Amino acid sequence: MLLNQFLLLAAALFCIGVYGVLARRNAVLVLMSVELILNAVNINFVAFGAFNRTVAGEVFGLFVIAVAAAEVGVGLAMVLLLYRNRKSIDLTEVDLMKG
Amino acid sequence: MLAALLAQANPTGDGLFVAQNIAFGVIAAVMLVSAWRVVTTKNVVHAALYLVIVLAGVAAQFLLLGAEFIGVTQVLVYIGAVIVLFLFGIMLTRAKLGEDDTVAREHRLMAALVGVLLFGVMAWAVVDDYSDTHVDIVSPNTTAMVSDAIFSQYLIPFEVVSMLLLAALIGAIVVARKD
Repeated sequence: MLLNQFLLLAAALFCIGVYGVLARRNAVLVLMSVELILNAVNINFVAFGAFNRTVAGEVFGLFVIAVAAAEVGVGLAMVLLLYRNRKSIDLTEVDLMKG
Repeated sequence: MLAALLAQANPTGDGLFVAQNIAFGVIAAVMLVSAWRVVTTKNVVHAALYLVIVLAGVAAQFLLLGAEFIGVTQVLVYIGAVIVLFLFGIMLTRAKLGEDDTVAREHRLMAALVGVLLFGVMAWAVVDDYSDTHVDIVSPNTTAMVSDAIFSQYLIPFEVVSMLLLAALIGAIVVARKD
């Protein structure tokens, strides 16, 4: 297998995730797009780890998974708080600090 | 063209590598289509279910790369826990379960432009640097190797991550609690 094919797949997933973060209005869908981005990074970590024949890539991928789980927990708590206060999770309506 | 691609990816002509490349191609195609559906579908629950396909595809790619422990962890943590969290989030925020026309923002053309440009830059960098680099999975990274690395060389980062998870869980409870 070429290393390239994994890196290109990860790049495509990353860019789809970036598009999702920028284009979506629903806060939960934005968090899902962030998950796409984190998984793209993980593919790169594991691919480079396999390429270098070391477990370091896999270990850091595990750390990324742990951080992603923490991020989803805190992120969804914030979305719930937003819903409780504003009765909506539309991110275009969250413009209290807009100049 | 497919045969030429396969021959380029597989100069030794070994049948295992052909099988790996075909598996990679099929899984990657399914992942990309599902990822596209995650960011474009109007139904929020469908987006979460398409995300399941993408995450399972990532786990399959990990297995293809010989990283068995992180592949299993991906299934356990992402498909088992994170998706359930997302579904709870959808349920608790009472998003419309049917078609919802408000999910796509007006300036998604600019967002698409940003995504395409970013992919162009990244693809150019990757192809420029690694166009002829092969990954040969001689033997998979066993769970014992991963645990040896985590509990010797990476012990301090591991403890830091566990404290981070604890702090994040307490923080999530404090933020979401009703008082």
